[in-house]
Amino acid sequence: MKLLSRSLIAASALALYAAAPAMAKTFIYCSEASPEGFDPSPYTAGGTFDASAHPIYNRLTEFKKGTTEIEPGLAESWEVSEDGTEYTFRLRQGVKWHSNEKFTPTRDFNADDVVFSFERQANADHPWNQYIAGVTYEYFNSMDMPNLVKSVEKIDDYTVKITLTQSEAPFLANIAMPFASIISKEYADTLEAAGTKEDLNNLPIGTGPFRFVAYQKDAVIRYAKNADYWGPAPLIDDLVFAITPDAAVRLQKLKAGECHLMPYPAPADIEAIKADGNLKLDEQAGLNVGYLAYNTTVAPFDDVRVRKALNMAINKQAIVDAVFQGHAEPAKNPIPPTMWSYNDAIQDDPYDPEASKALLEEAGVSGLSMEIWAMPVQRPYMPNARRTAELMQEDLSKVGVKAEIVSYEWGEYLSKSMETGRKGAVILGWTGDNGDPDNFLSVLLSCASAVEGGANRAFWCNEEFSNLLQQAKTNPDPAERTRLYEEAQVLFKEQAPWFTIAHSTQYVPMRANVSGFVMSPLGDFTFETVDIAE
Amino acid sequence: MSDTPVKLSDAAIRRRMLAEFWFYFSRNRGAVVGLAVFVLLVLTAVFADVLAPHNPTMQYRDAILVPPSWAEGGRPDFLLGTDPVGRDILSRLIKGSQYSLFIGIVVVSIALAGGVIIGLLAGFFGGWVDVLIMRVMDIILAFPSLLLALVLVAILGPGLTNAMIAIAIVYQPHFARLTRAAVMGELKRDYVSAARVAGAGNLRLMFKTILPNCLAPLIVQATLSFSSAVLDSAALGFLGMGAQPPAAEWGTMLAEAREFIQRAWWVVTFPGLAILISVLAINLMGDGLRDALDPKLKRS
Amino acid sequence: MFRFILSKLLYLVPTFLGITIIAFSFPRLLAGDPVLLMAGERGVTPERHAQLTAQLGYDKNIVLQYFDFVGRLLHGDFGHSLVTKKPVLSEFLALFPATIELGLVAILLATLIGVPIGVLAAIKRGSWFDQISMTGALVGFSMPIFWWGLLLIIFFSGYLGWTPVSGRISLMYYFPNVTGFMLIDSLLSGQKGAFASALHYLILPSVVLATIPLAVIARQTRSAMLEVMGEDYVRTARAKGMPPRRVIAVHALRNAMIPVITTIGLQIGVLLAGAILTETIFSWPGIGKWMIDSISRRDYPAVQSGLLLIAGVVMVVNLLVDLTYGLINPRIRNK
Repeated sequence: MKLLSRSLIAASALALYAAAPAMAKTFIYCSEASPEGFDPSPYTAGGTFDASAHPIYNRLTEFKKGTTEIEPGLAESWEVSEDGTEYTFRLRQGVKWHSNEKFTPTRDFNADDVVFSFERQANADHPWNQYIAGVTYEYFNSMDMPNLVKSVEKIDDYTVKITLTQSEAPFLANIAMPFASIISKEYADTLEAAGTKEDLNNLPIGTGPFRFVAYQKDAVIRYAKNADYWGPAPLIDDLVFAITPDAAVRLQKLKAGECHLMPYPAPADIEAIKADGNLKLDEQAGLNVGYLAYNTTVAPFDDVRVRKALNMAINKQAIVDAVFQGHAEPAKNPIPPTMWSYNDAIQDDPYDPEASKALLEEAGVSGLSMEIWAMPVQRPYMPNARRTAELMQEDLSKVGVKAEIVSYEWGEYLSKSMETGRKGAVILGWTGDNGDPDNFLSVLLSCASAVEGGANRAFWCNEEFSNLLQQAKTNPDPAERTRLYEEAQVLFKEQAPWFTIAHSTQYVPMRANVSGFVMSPLGDFTFETVDIAE
Repeated sequence: MSDTPVKLSDAAIRRRMLAEFWFYFSRNRGAVVGLAVFVLLVLTAVFADVLAPHNPTMQYRDAILVPPSWAEGGRPDFLLGTDPVGRDILSRLIKGSQYSLFIGIVVVSIALAGGVIIGLLAGFFGGWVDVLIMRVMDIILAFPSLLLALVLVAILGPGLTNAMIAIAIVYQPHFARLTRAAVMGELKRDYVSAARVAGAGNLRLMFKTILPNCLAPLIVQATLSFSSAVLDSAALGFLGMGAQPPAAEWGTMLAEAREFIQRAWWVVTFPGLAILISVLAINLMGDGLRDALDPKLKRS
Repeated sequence: MFRFILSKLLYLVPTFLGITIIAFSFPRLLAGDPVLLMAGERGVTPERHAQLTAQLGYDKNIVLQYFDFVGRLLHGDFGHSLVTKKPVLSEFLALFPATIELGLVAILLATLIGVPIGVLAAIKRGSWFDQISMTGALVGFSMPIFWWGLLLIIFFSGYLGWTPVSGRISLMYYFPNVTGFMLIDSLLSGQKGAFASALHYLILPSVVLATIPLAVIARQTRSAMLEVMGEDYVRTARAKGMPPRRVIAVHALRNAMIPVITTIGLQIGVLLAGAILTETIFSWPGIGKWMIDSISRRDYPAVQSGLLLIAGVVMVVNLLVDLTYGLINPRIRNK
């Protein structure tokens, strides 16, 4: 056994030299999840976008690296009409499409591709809408694009006009999202002629910094540098995703030098990573929030005093320490501090059991018993809901509130928590899609979503709050929007529909010789700027 | 079995059979060791609350991931060290013995009772009842047991009780097949016809006349199932579908410990060792039982 | 012989129908809803929920859905995964070679080591070799392999650094997927060292997966040998003065192999169950892990067709074992 292994190691070490004569720079990313497919539009998982939208494709607008601000992408510039409903995009010229064994592009990127990419998602009768049986465009739908976009027109080869049904400030951020990636119409036509439409999802062609080479299911994805990339050329030659779902195994591989960078380390390993000289660790506050949502339509939680009292009864710092092991920031607002318009002037409800008791008494509530719902799964915003609920339970018992912890299977949890007559407060959270405050506040707290099946689990419908959001949404002026959102946050804190728990910190461990990696507040992993020192 | 012409009382026969059984069983040294370990395990489970040096769910916040007492940095009050939230591993292992024995007993009882009844029905009535029952058993056996158990637990909802039910369902065809085969063999024997002529009812025939004569293979299978149940429930726990944390079930402990394999070998090593030792003891016993009960092997 | 095969096949038809019922209905009994899981925290309006459910065909009568399912099966259509939207069959076939490769290497390992140990233990019955190897076999038989795998990773990959942590081949090698079997593809690629690398990556997982079958085979071989060596013809041969080695080789071994081959065939279920655990521990891209993921994602078509295909494979292997048995032993055939 011993001898055998040694000789094998020697053999593979030799092979290693033999296989890399030109010293091509290969960057290996130990990714967490297998991509569902390589067409970004039908899917919703971040791991899928990291493997498809980010390396392979581009969008009209892009998020500036490391921020949630918008910068030009395939559109070099744009004008917005006076009433905010007409967007005219000037497209970048000379952008080359990738090629593969089956397809060699005869033309550059142009307006036809843009129209095609939006049409196929918007129009159910489009020949490419159902190019795979049962495909749905979840993000396109949930960003309300079907109602928002009236038309996408080609003006000339390098000009596209998108008309909206109403003024919508977050629109430019929406189309920077992965679902709005631009697909080659010429490639689609070629595939259609060959009768292999599903290859759009298997053998992607894009304009992005990396060209797709091969995917071995659940194991490895390979990309090569796009030498004709319109932006700054990538510094590495080959990009490899080694799919490794288990966090402990990922770290082991990183330590062994089998990969250069990994996502989502186990919180328990953070200290050990920091102590390891071969590794380094980037960290950033995540674009997320974990919360406990009361049902504000059910007595006694319809009384703001009761909600405030409960908020004061729970020791937030203890949760951050015990559940997040300190790797989080206690939350006072519904949006995270990395987001523009975060209102830092707001004072959180203090942890004060005595005041809480007094307030409950004032509200005429005694001997209250309630349910706390703890979700059964781990999410980026909540590592262990059960433990959080246990801590809350203990704190609440100190102010005379008896809490019972309830849990359901995840799918059931999601649906039962959306039932309007729900009893009990629900632990849940949110991770931002596009960095716009509207993506948190409207989705989670507006009247429109305070319905059966909506994401407003507090069923909190405050007209004034919703009006502020509506004004902000239709106002194109960033400064004015910021003011409106700040005001909305004040109102939120006064009315306390949630107990805001925490914004969890995101960590990215990598080998010490990796440079140029930029953490994305949106949680994306992109590699066109990374480099490896020898 | 024995050819003594002297007529013996029932009690005497039973005593003699027991003596014979023990004679063969004790010839197998491994079996005796297995029995001894098993008895220890039972005693540990019974007296778990007295034996455990700490409360198995008590979290000592000042003693997180303390190594075993003999290792560097270990503390004498935590003999086998502590887990990531500061619980004493030894105490949890002791508590876990209750789970494992309980799982084994429940699974074997359900599978045995269900399998025997189904097997008796099939073997005794024959015809389409037999065909139908045996087909269903074939279907269950066509799925790898752990996979079917996984799906069943996913349907019933993760948890210890449901894991036990799922495993019992998956095991039950083995008992049914054994019983059926034995019954069909016995039905042809003279004593059955005699009992039938004497006017014994079906139920009496099944349970009083035939069943006692097919006990030997069932006992052996039960022992085997006992050890497999401990293994499989631990595997389900490991996959997050068995007993749920913070229960001190050994497989669940392993699942929780997994993310610490880099840092703390003891949280991974000891629960697995506990599983291995108990399963091994039961299997040793099973071997001895088979030697003692299976007349065919006795010859050789 | 033909009639024997035919009767066996006919016997399988109702069983297979039963399997389709279980494979179809069990996943549908899972609590939870794929539409909701896809929507996640965002929620989904009742109208949209109904629309998606209808699009997936889950609003129809469940019995009709079952007949749809069987009808499509007859056309070779195993449905599309709800998660990846790709045909389940192609997903299964993409991953199955990895599982087969692991399973075959494991069973090969188990046989090549287990049979000689069993034979030797039987010949030297009662010796220290017999005792140690049979104790070892019992330990292997009692092994919780998920723990065993972790221990081996800690020791060989972590502490000694001899074996890779996970994966099928060093990422330095890249060649097209021809058969899906890494050992074969690496040879076909002609790249130097690729085969050795693939083997290197296979060592730990296959050792772990082989543990239980190895123990079973060793024990079974030993008892089969003991039984055969007690038979009259072996005794006669020995009495006639045939050299003991020849007795063992010509008579005992050959006859003892029949039950051993059956045992090996019957290990397929054990292997597939073990693959679920082994693949989880080693992040091995096979169907075991795929099934677990599909169950937790409530990917109905994947779980349904996965169960069906796996049960089908088990059934076919069992049939082959049965037929071999019939070939070797005419008494069974004519019964």
